[in-house]
Amino acid sequence: MTVLTLRALEKHYGSIKAVDHVDLQLESGEFMAILGPSGSGKSTLMRLVAGLEPPTSGDIIVDGQSVVNVPPQHRNVAMVFQSFALYPHMTVRDNILFPLVSRKVPKQEHEARLQKATSMLGVENLLDRRPSRLSGGQQQRVALARALVRDPELFVFDEPLSALDAQIRSRARAELRELHDQTRITTLYVTHDQVEAMGLADRVAVINEGRLHQVGTPQELYNDPADLFVAGFIGNPPMNLIPLDETMVAGLRPEHMLVDPEEDVPDLLIDLAVTIEHIEYLGSEWLAHGQARAVTSNGQQLHVIARLPASAHPGLVSGQECRMVGQRKDVCLFDRASGKRQVQAEVPA
Amino acid sequence: MSTQQRSGVGPPRGRLRRIGAWLDQPKVLAWLMLGPAVLYVIAFVGFPFLLAIALSMSDATIGDPSLDTFVGLDNFKAVIQTDAFKLALRNSLIVTAGTLGLVLVLATLASELLVHAFRGKRLFQMIFILPWALPVSLTAIVWMWFLDSTFSPVDWVLVKLNLLGPGGVWGPFKHMYFLGNEWLGLASVIVTDTWRMLPLATIIVLAARMSIPEERFEQARVDGAGVFRILFRITLPALKPMLIVAILFTGLLVIGEMSLVQLLTRGGPGHSTQVLPYWAYLKGIQGGSLAQGAAITLFLFPFLLVASVLALRAAYRSQEA
Repeated sequence: MTVLTLRALEKHYGSIKAVDHVDLQLESGEFMAILGPSGSGKSTLMRLVAGLEPPTSGDIIVDGQSVVNVPPQHRNVAMVFQSFALYPHMTVRDNILFPLVSRKVPKQEHEARLQKATSMLGVENLLDRRPSRLSGGQQQRVALARALVRDPELFVFDEPLSALDAQIRSRARAELRELHDQTRITTLYVTHDQVEAMGLADRVAVINEGRLHQVGTPQELYNDPADLFVAGFIGNPPMNLIPLDETMVAGLRPEHMLVDPEEDVPDLLIDLAVTIEHIEYLGSEWLAHGQARAVTSNGQQLHVIARLPASAHPGLVSGQECRMVGQRKDVCLFDRASGKRQVQAEVPA
Repeated sequence: MSTQQRSGVGPPRGRLRRIGAWLDQPKVLAWLMLGPAVLYVIAFVGFPFLLAIALSMSDATIGDPSLDTFVGLDNFKAVIQTDAFKLALRNSLIVTAGTLGLVLVLATLASELLVHAFRGKRLFQMIFILPWALPVSLTAIVWMWFLDSTFSPVDWVLVKLNLLGPGGVWGPFKHMYFLGNEWLGLASVIVTDTWRMLPLATIIVLAARMSIPEERFEQARVDGAGVFRILFRITLPALKPMLIVAILFTGLLVIGEMSLVQLLTRGGPGHSTQVLPYWAYLKGIQGGSLAQGAAITLFLFPFLLVASVLALRAAYRSQEA
């Protein structure tokens, strides 16, 4: 069952298209991340769904009903802001009960709902405190409890982890996913952090300059990027993008870039003479950064990265000359002008 | 020559340098900086205040201003028993409470308006602040014309609306005589005071309003709150500390103010719009009884002191929370 449908959704600020013709569907119980760099329109998209801004055109359908003209207080969408936006003059209890009181839920239901939401998030013992007396992690849980307490149709999260300290962020991420697995509330999760998006979401929608570039599972985004933007955005470090000729660009993941292969590698598409600039040791792997010699047609230097297992020292030093190659099966090809992915069959041999 | 040049650009030497070093000591510098302010407070606040207390417990008059006879609280007992004092006290409280009520509601509404961007906001802000910048005499002249017994434009509008005049709801006369009537007179003073005090209160409240993050309102809307719930459960609690400060400032200014009543109604008709500060002036300066005037002035002081301390504490506490 489809819970949320965005149809040709647009939001313009003057001549700027913050959201540019977005079509998207969320199935019931799905956890979808909206991933994009800052200024990509992801927050605007979320505010449109929550009803905080009216769209310029297009439609937002929740449970088969258009909600474009419905104010936020009458949409069954719960939201957690980046700052958590707890009400500082209210106790945790009153914060969590506020949506119930506002929506005139019968009083006799309050205690049971409060109990359920707080026990799920483990904040039962904080009920009489003020938000200013809570740690960042506790504030986040209270904000989640407040969103959860009213049984929303849809959760909208605006980078709910970015205000947390790095140490507790990965634990909070795991807890967020566990919470979703328990409640199965359809979730729209906005983030600029691909680790969060890839790690949490069932599907990820990549957005840039207001347009959706690709919607797919984390595996699809990583293995089959739909265009050059996704290829250059997903993955850390992202794909090497190597121009082949006037019309084609080849994308190759750093782990598929082979350095000084000892045996003959069959079916090579990429074969570069590279000067190593520096190598990085990251614990689980090495990254070799290099400059390819005279490859681009416009004479620009080409930066390439190869990822090597940590098990052996790669034996590379800065300034060293080496050969980096990539096999045809590992390469994604993109049309240079449009940026779109090309099907392998069209590739010139 | 080279020595002269060095002394010109290098650190000062000799006596100058010793004075400089002495002045540079934190203790000396601190008293030097604080000195003027301390002197000012002692000379122009502390001394007159103590003098007023001494006067209120003496039998000083304009003719004989010496403080030689101590009469204890006799002056207080005497002034409190007069009808004029009782009326003035009542009116002071009514005017202050009425002004505070109006100012609070209007300042909250105005800050709600001014926090949003709209066309012509700067012009509106300038006009809005103007009453605060006007001298009180000018204010009084403006309002005396507004409320004039013959030429009041308010009367004219009321007549046009068929509320006043023959066949109107408020009787056959074509004039309200705002300043010639006890309750209309008090209402006029309240409205004029509100007009004067609103800019200050609005600026105080607006500062608090602007410090509330927009996300809190958006969260409340998503949580299902309507306009009034947001106003009473989100906005007003956040404004509370500054509202208390605005009440304090406005209240103290209004309750201590005599010039507006002096210029608008002269306390009349009779003593019906008399207020304490003006009555103290009439009694103490015009009437020549310095001691009784001082007693009237000081009468409210203990109450205002306690109220101010409590208000500031409440403001502090609600900001802490």
